[in-house]
Amino acid sequence: MASKPRTLYEKIWDAHVVERREDGTCLVYIDRHLVHEVTSPQAFESLRAAGRPVRRPDLTLAVPDHNLPTTARQDASGHRIPIADQESAQQLAALERNTSEFGIRYIADTAAAQGIVHVVGPEQGFSLPGATIVCGDSHTSCHGGLGALAFGIGTSEVEHVLATQTLLLTPSKTMEVRVEGELAPGVTAKDLILHIIGVIGTAGGTGHVIEYRGRVFEEMSVEGRLTVCNMSIEGGARAGLVAPDETTFVYLRGRPFAPQGEAWDRAVAWWKTLATDPGARFDKSVVIDAAAIEPTVTWGTSPEDTVPIGGVVPAPESFADLGKQEAARASLEYMGLEPGQRLSDVEIQNVFIGSCTNSRIEDLRAAAAVIEGRHKAENVRWAIVVPGSGLVKRQAEAEGLDKIFTAAGLEWREPGCSACLAMNPDKVPPGERCASTSNRNFVGRQGPGARTHLVSPAMAAAAAVTGRLTDVRELI
Amino acid sequence: MKAIREVSGRAIPFGRKNVDTDVIIPAHWLKTITREGLGRGAFEAVRKHPGNVFDDPEFAGAPILIAGDNFGCGSSREHAAWALLDMGITCVIAPSFSDIFSGNAFKNGILAVALPQEQVERLLEIARTDPIAVDLEHQTVTTPFQDRFHFVIDPFRKHCLLEGLDEVGMTLAEDQRIAAYERRMADDLPFLSGPLAAAA
Repeated sequence: MASKPRTLYEKIWDAHVVERREDGTCLVYIDRHLVHEVTSPQAFESLRAAGRPVRRPDLTLAVPDHNLPTTARQDASGHRIPIADQESAQQLAALERNTSEFGIRYIADTAAAQGIVHVVGPEQGFSLPGATIVCGDSHTSCHGGLGALAFGIGTSEVEHVLATQTLLLTPSKTMEVRVEGELAPGVTAKDLILHIIGVIGTAGGTGHVIEYRGRVFEEMSVEGRLTVCNMSIEGGARAGLVAPDETTFVYLRGRPFAPQGEAWDRAVAWWKTLATDPGARFDKSVVIDAAAIEPTVTWGTSPEDTVPIGGVVPAPESFADLGKQEAARASLEYMGLEPGQRLSDVEIQNVFIGSCTNSRIEDLRAAAAVIEGRHKAENVRWAIVVPGSGLVKRQAEAEGLDKIFTAAGLEWREPGCSACLAMNPDKVPPGERCASTSNRNFVGRQGPGARTHLVSPAMAAAAAVTGRLTDVRELI
Repeated sequence: MKAIREVSGRAIPFGRKNVDTDVIIPAHWLKTITREGLGRGAFEAVRKHPGNVFDDPEFAGAPILIAGDNFGCGSSREHAAWALLDMGITCVIAPSFSDIFSGNAFKNGILAVALPQEQVERLLEIARTDPIAVDLEHQTVTTPFQDRFHFVIDPFRKHCLLEGLDEVGMTLAEDQRIAAYERRMADDLPFLSGPLAAAA
């Protein structure tokens, strides 16, 4: 009997159901669990209190990222430099202690492999196509760029996965975002996902898992796919997926945790069966015209507040929804912007190139290509480049990218989440603007009173050079 | 988890749409290694504005929060649920919730009640002056003015909330099924959940 055509999501889901209950809830097996210092202490505390072990420490990988300062971690003689913030230091120490007590693999802050958890997973080959991957962080959707079903969970679920290697879940609805045509030169994966979120809204994907389909994604690098899937959560979808293909396999082969030898061949054979079957149905479908997308920036305090760089700040009255009008008014007040103002006239004082969205080697190359031979504008007070991992940092230095940034007046930092959420000392001052390659422009996200404009790495570099939001195509 | 059957009393008429978890509890409060005390940081940015609903003595100790669409979007931080609990809030009413927040709320014994927009607007109006009652067993929200709104909740979640069940303990009782799954996968797709070690 021919089986019903299934989507990529449905195939991964079906392979992971341990038990299906009458009410439709499923006990789902989790193949990979990434752990960081912020959302795990209370989970370990509960395990300890109940005397419960970690079921599969081998499928768990811990790395500190959110709290770490991005300044030097060791002095000239190799001694660890203590972390000034006592609470951060305490949380980082708790991760080290908990992973040691429960026998979990731990990448130390001074190790070359350390980095942002969502950069580390793919880079280490820990994240694999067809796997279920979770982490106590909403940007876990990132790993969907490899064709994994990856999503963020809360701390109670972290505890549940540590103890049982499973989660109780109800199946999500499926949503297809089909991008037709090709991206124009100078338009990147980041511009594309910002544009998509602008179209579907921050609740557009709620209850759904998005599959990104179309030639644009087939021709996109793994880094680009990770950027797109990373921000699925900003469109309300808990997970985003791109079907695994040769590009994915080439990226993964030989990485430390990727299967080897015969196991690799078996894995590839299975991964090739995962693509959505012809005729499979999605619960929701959105079609996007790639050619119409320009380099995109945000004007407000929600990731759906996007506009092409050539555009103007919208008037709150231009929105049909009354709630959105009110939100837009509050956003404009917070952002210090006026309706009708050209985005390319907006001056910025800070630039942040980094985060799990845009800190991989390709992102740094794109930023360096724009900035090479130029210098940051005088009104740009603070501009930092934070590589996603120690390995990205090493690679960038081997290519001389660090020298390009520092020659231009940008600071070259140690890896971590940094100014994306400003839990560490990297903050944007109140009332100042930041051209940021991160994922959220929420009120206070980059520091109290900070005003964030989300952009691609190339656009952030362009803003650093001119001191205002700038169409990068004018510089290339 | 504490069992929950009924939540009644004053409701904070917040009403804002797209309340993200950065608004509920900003990142600098996430450095704690315990669940307690986060109420002090809850809605910090909103509370900087004089006349905000959270500091209005009228709503002091209110166990219910009413908000707009897409409540709890953004970061997965469970600290948002802990902060609400620490404020004494055990029920949030909104037209819709983010997927992650609704899971976190449930796991901490917070009742997330989704109602149609016009019913939420009616409750926002009433909450300014009068109490509201939420009955989980009968799945209703009622007001002193004869309003009676029915809400939908997943039967499994309802059962767990009513009984205050520990989900980890319940799943551990199914250990044999999980082990059977692992054995089956070790044959079928060993590279997924088989023993994992890094290449030398």
